[in-house]
Amino acid sequence: IFLASPSALTGSALFFAAQRCIRALKTVQAEHAPPQHYTWRRNCSSAVMPRITSHYTIFPRDKDPRWEGVEMERFADEADVVIVGGGPAGLSAAIRLKQLAKEQEKELRVCLVEKASQIGAHTLSGACLEPSALNELFPDWKERGAPLNTPVTEDLFSILTEKYRIPVPMLPGLPMNNHGNYIVRLGHFVHWLGEQAEELGVEIYPGYAAAEVLFHEDGSVKGIATNDVGIAKDGSPKDVFERGMELHAKVTLFGEGCHGHLAKQLYRQFNLRENCEPQTYAIGLKELWVIDEKKWRPGRVEHSVGWPLNRNTYGGSFLYHLNEGEPLVALGFVVGLDYTNPYLSPFREFQRWKHHPFVAKTLEGGDRIAYGARALNEGGYQCLPKVTFPGGMLIGCSPGFMNVPKIKGTHTAMKSGMLAAEAIFPKVTAEDPASETAGLHIPEYEDNLKKSWIWKELYAVRNIRPSFHNYFGLYGGMVYTGVFYWILRGKEPWTLKHAGLDSAQLKPAKECTPIEYPKPDGKLSFDLLSSVALSGTNHEGDQPPHLTLKDDSIPVANNLAIYDGPEQRFCPAGVYEYVPLETGEGMRLQINAQNCVHCKTCDIKDPSQNINWVVPEGSGGPAYNGL
Amino acid sequence: MSRVLVGVKRVIDYAVKIRVKPDQSGVVTDGVKHSMNPFCEIAVEEAVKLKEKKFIKEVVAVSCGPSQVTETIRTALAMGCDRGIHVEVSGKDYEAMGPLQISKIFAALAKKEEASLVILGKQAIDDDCNQTGQMTAALLDWPQGTFASEVTIDGETVKVVREIDGGLETIKISMPAVLTADLRLNTPRYATLPNIMKAKKKKIANMKPADLGVDMVSRVEVLRVDEPPTRLAGVKVETVDDLVAKLKANGTI
Repeated sequence: IFLASPSALTGSALFFAAQRCIRALKTVQAEHAPPQHYTWRRNCSSAVMPRITSHYTIFPRDKDPRWEGVEMERFADEADVVIVGGGPAGLSAAIRLKQLAKEQEKELRVCLVEKASQIGAHTLSGACLEPSALNELFPDWKERGAPLNTPVTEDLFSILTEKYRIPVPMLPGLPMNNHGNYIVRLGHFVHWLGEQAEELGVEIYPGYAAAEVLFHEDGSVKGIATNDVGIAKDGSPKDVFERGMELHAKVTLFGEGCHGHLAKQLYRQFNLRENCEPQTYAIGLKELWVIDEKKWRPGRVEHSVGWPLNRNTYGGSFLYHLNEGEPLVALGFVVGLDYTNPYLSPFREFQRWKHHPFVAKTLEGGDRIAYGARALNEGGYQCLPKVTFPGGMLIGCSPGFMNVPKIKGTHTAMKSGMLAAEAIFPKVTAEDPASETAGLHIPEYEDNLKKSWIWKELYAVRNIRPSFHNYFGLYGGMVYTGVFYWILRGKEPWTLKHAGLDSAQLKPAKECTPIEYPKPDGKLSFDLLSSVALSGTNHEGDQPPHLTLKDDSIPVANNLAIYDGPEQRFCPAGVYEYVPLETGEGMRLQINAQNCVHCKTCDIKDPSQNINWVVPEGSGGPAYNGL
Repeated sequence: MSRVLVGVKRVIDYAVKIRVKPDQSGVVTDGVKHSMNPFCEIAVEEAVKLKEKKFIKEVVAVSCGPSQVTETIRTALAMGCDRGIHVEVSGKDYEAMGPLQISKIFAALAKKEEASLVILGKQAIDDDCNQTGQMTAALLDWPQGTFASEVTIDGETVKVVREIDGGLETIKISMPAVLTADLRLNTPRYATLPNIMKAKKKKIANMKPADLGVDMVSRVEVLRVDEPPTRLAGVKVETVDDLVAKLKANGTI
């Protein structure tokens, strides 16, 4: 994990190696850089900015002289179905396909690629699992050993003020009522799903990221190609360079999770978002704590809204007591990414929330053992794109089936994967696929979705999140929920709109007040870098930064100048830093790509929409264990 | 032409923050990200390079442990090893397993497979023992080239450049021999997906230590594992006199 590194991208490999050795010898526990308050700064346009981006998606290799003569042929293999992403949706789809194949005694080759080094290592969620989809997928999940060990026993909801707590009764019928649900460590649950899938014969390849979508001549999706390896930080080929592999399929399922990078491409390619609103998101940060046994209440679910966020910033907290032997609690904080103040730091809001008396009393005397963060969808019904296109389909949180007021998306993600499998199976095993395009187009999936409980659920809650966009903010939203959802069950005839793109919501820094965050005390709250260390994240250092900028000059010219560099605050891993230039006046953006936890917040919230997150070399990223 | 045995160990990934188990008997390993020991990767790469240069005919990857180590053997196979041997050790035996038991296993396998070279990583990043290679050589009564940063085969002898405290030492040893790989020996290649797919078809033989006549009883018992003590904050002083006074006060001088 590296902080301010003065090396420009011109040094030789030896220089890099020496720098790395020296830095590795020092323990890097430097304090997070103090928040940069807005000051009037003239842009020094004459300053020489070192190049930041070297990725081939921005600088194509066919025009790059360093790549002349390098063998670019790829090994290719055929499967019936290829699934991108080993999360609940992808694995449920794979399992369902193999279950159908077994039932109907047909052969089906299903390959699943996942960028994490092991299934579950990039999975992060609260989580309270509603077992509806699981009951359909594996009615005997208990006998199979699914890690649903903590049924919910207590359900609390509070509105917090700086010192006090206003309890809100958790009436049956309210969306976030958790009766019948289980608190799970989703990473472990996903790992278990992976084992079930392997037993059924799914070929799972963790550690290989899908980096490119492949197309037939007729424009339909042909499959994917995994990431190349062995490209140096400056974009040139190393001795160990090897091309990724192509996996061709009749249908490719994209289950990359919230704001997938291939999905982003597919939206443009097939115009899938022309009839829906742009997706809106939130960032969720999470920690796992081992607490004092006396304070442990296994099965207890606590949610809160209010402090430390103001009434116009959507967000809240969760704290779940797990029942898995140790006195473990999973807790976290969610902040809607439509926030307007560029000085807001979701990470620091999370850290200071833990100091609230109601929360601190649970955590006092405890030890933090894990940390992670991930963006999540908040758009719901209004933001659902078209999910099928020639040769492929989108499943899970990628199109976004999360039920926001219920704070659950796993059950709908799993169900969408299962519906996709059920729609695909007859087509892909048919003698004559009768398809107009080489890649199969299966619109039945979308029809099945619309007839399923996913659609009913999302329709019923569609107005709750947008109802927060009123003068009273949080309180207006709660009143709306109480009236229209609890009483009328979402049957009102109108559909409220969201506020638009999250990246367009930031106000210029000079119109906002900087937020004074308390210093972390090292017992309840912590600094960013020690948190990132706990996520176990790591990437091969000598590769082009995977946080690519379309234009290297925009961060300083736009993000820093107008918004005071919000990326240094919203990134939960300290990837973005504005550091002074070595020579002359002014600042430059430094990207510490190795810290990235693959949350996708920067790609979502960048006010210039200049950051394009692409997938790094496979098996890089966080090493979450049961988050 | 000859056969090489390469040892690969499955260890907790170097970037993961480890946690001591609540009962202080060891470190939490359940669900934690594991990968091949970095020095073992270098050993595998060297063996595969020697095979590519046609000095040796077959590379056999060996790992000892529970069923999960087969993933590590598969990675070695994907890097170019021809076949694998999984020596099953689990439960208490696995927790107590150390260099002595491993070296006995490797010695037995080296004789059984008629290997001319045993290449290991110089040490594992979880226990930092740096003993297995040396013990294996002693049990076999074979010469050893440890901390190798360069290996050249010349007929029936091997020239090894070793990294030592004073610099570099070049030795010539006769085969059969045991080599242990140090950091600068080579840069390991990636295990790419097509090779992982091919590796699924390569054979991994299963056996138990008893099949090799090795007794896994450990003569070492771990009493307790603790976190290192938290580093206390430093104290800043204004003058040299203050410094001397403080040092006197806490008994340092």
